Amino acid sequence: MTDLGVVKTGSSIGAFITRRRGRKKLDWTDWLTYVYLLLGLVIMFTPVLWVVVSSFKTPANLTEFPPTLLPYAAETVIVEGHDAPLPLFDVTTEEGETVRLAQLRRVGINAQMIDPANPEERLTIPVENAQPVRQIYLAGENYTNLLSSTGGMIWRYVFNSLFITIVATIITLIMNSMAAFALSKYRFRGSNMALVAILATLMIPATVVLVPTYMIVAQLGLVGNLWGVILPTVATPTGVFLLRQYMLTIPDELIEAARMDHASEWRIFWRIILPLSAPALAVVAIFSILSRWNDFLLPLVVLTRRESYTLQLALASFSTEYGIRYDLLLAMTTLTALPLAFAFIFLQRYITSGIASTGIK
Amino acid sequence: MANLTLENIKKSFGVVEVIPGVDLEINDGEFVVFVGPSGCGKSTLLRMIAGLEDVSDGDIRIDSASVVNTPAADRGVAMVFQSYALYPHMTVRENLSFGLENIRMAKPEIARRVSDAAQLLQIEQLLERRPKQLSGGQRQRVAIGRAITRDPKIFLFDEPLSNLDAELRVLMRIEITKLHERLGNTMIYVTHDQIEAMTMADKIVVLRKGVIEQVGAPLDLYNNPRNIFVAGFIGSPRMNFIEGSLVRTDAGHVAFEAEGLQPLPLPDADPSLGARERVTLGVRPEDFVISREAGAGWPVAVGVAEQYGASSYLHCTLKGEIPVLIHEAGQSLAKRGDVLHIAPRGKQYHLFDADGLAIGR
Repeated sequence: MTDLGVVKTGSSIGAFITRRRGRKKLDWTDWLTYVYLLLGLVIMFTPVLWVVVSSFKTPANLTEFPPTLLPYAAETVIVEGHDAPLPLFDVTTEEGETVRLAQLRRVGINAQMIDPANPEERLTIPVENAQPVRQIYLAGENYTNLLSSTGGMIWRYVFNSLFITIVATIITLIMNSMAAFALSKYRFRGSNMALVAILATLMIPATVVLVPTYMIVAQLGLVGNLWGVILPTVATPTGVFLLRQYMLTIPDELIEAARMDHASEWRIFWRIILPLSAPALAVVAIFSILSRWNDFLLPLVVLTRRESYTLQLALASFSTEYGIRYDLLLAMTTLTALPLAFAFIFLQRYITSGIASTGIK
Repeated sequence: MANLTLENIKKSFGVVEVIPGVDLEINDGEFVVFVGPSGCGKSTLLRMIAGLEDVSDGDIRIDSASVVNTPAADRGVAMVFQSYALYPHMTVRENLSFGLENIRMAKPEIARRVSDAAQLLQIEQLLERRPKQLSGGQRQRVAIGRAITRDPKIFLFDEPLSNLDAELRVLMRIEITKLHERLGNTMIYVTHDQIEAMTMADKIVVLRKGVIEQVGAPLDLYNNPRNIFVAGFIGSPRMNFIEGSLVRTDAGHVAFEAEGLQPLPLPDADPSLGARERVTLGVRPEDFVISREAGAGWPVAVGVAEQYGASSYLHCTLKGEIPVLIHEAGQSLAKRGDVLHIAPRGKQYHLFDADGLAIGR
């Protein structure tokens, strides 16, 4: 009864998030729930947030220890007679005053500084008395450098990744749903055997079949070709199983009605089964997009030319060619994760809405 | 013209024989109701006529052409399913036109048929809605509309009213009857509700365990049931059955005798029946003459008196714990514990032999 009253008011997001079991004050289960949920949020979301924040840090800021929470950059000033901008420091003088000076260079425990207002006079200050002047600074150049340093190849990687993800997902959805339709709605000898055989492939790790897969791809002449990554994985046992289980819940009477409506089997599949399986298809699509976008091993083996690299391969290559360019690496990681987030946000509403059961009764 | 002939059709699922052989002749324009308890094979029979179920043996002819090997869509029949089986992702208009689009009918003709059907069923204002936005009765109309647009020779209804509430059921019953009068098509209607059968049918087919028990006009079945099953199934509330034996009275008449009860003379019984062991006397609740004076018949004790206002039902027990239900027109004065004396009114009784077959008619 208490739950009912609360659910009724839960129409807005605010009410939804703050709903609780106790009517007036928080029940102990509410405390438990919120602590648990917050803990989960922190554990799962902190690394993501850290990557995103760090991608806006300058290289100097990234290598600092202890690391700063927010991206900072040293404030600089352009002084006459010096080409490069000079970093500013707050210096405590022997009299206890604080003055803002620009540093020319550092020698051992001392630093040569000048007053920006009076650039002729050079002062020698112990480093321990100088505090760098810093401000929060979002290093957007990490992203622009990413585009310029790869010489436009980044767009090629993006295209490759998108092409593989989208084409492979579409083919996966069609292949899996056709198999699921046959396994759920047709009664034929060996249908259960077929299902078991498909599910049994789950027990074989992908790494075990990597070499055979490569050999087949090589025989087909698809090494270095994007299709060499797309084709080996278009049929997934989890996808078939998930879709089959969902299609079992679509009433047979709908199919019989369609059959009496002169619909061919193909048309039944296309016009009745597929639209009604939308929630399950969305789930399979998300799985497929996730795994295809993040796939590393198969592209690494198959895609040997730089022009055919996916984003993930390009990411890995940052740590080999230039040493580790953390600034670029983090920026690219952020960019790489974004499409997945969007795919999920767009598709998740399909997961929650079941359509199939509404037409019956 | 659309006559339907079933010739010794059989159906078995594996080793289970569901329909051991049915012969039936249905004339053009008839409203035929298949009625029977659940599991009697009436739906299977209908689905075989529709072509959704294969026939194990025998022949189905529509207009003297065998359709056993014709696909469901090409038999010229349309079916209204128990669950309506409306396509949940399509609007009402799309639901109605789906079958016509599948045979590539011209667009104007589809529009004409859809609007005709919608007008006939008064669902014009619902055409752009989806099934889940409709009430049960409206869905029912759409399901019938879908059958009408196909302009079939024979309409098949599979328990179409079982998902509606009692009040709506009565309304739809009348509407379907009117629809039949207007369209004049052959209609076959399956139900387990004998009231639907009685009120709608031109011809009732009573089925039990896949065997036709009796075929005939509703009142014909009511007045002259061929056996004890039909007698018990047709008519609500049920006919009362009393087991006993037939004896010959001194006057040469036949009398019915049951254990602990005085012999009841059956004045109009065929004298050739003679004395017989083990017969069953059947009397409908409304066919009793009730008297408060002793000597006029069998004494019964009133257990529960149900007052319907316009009529009353008295649940009584005869000596030997035999339950007897008595209908009394108007409002009964009988109370719990009263003793009434009952006897069948005139010829309004039925006699069945040890095998359950009607005798003396």
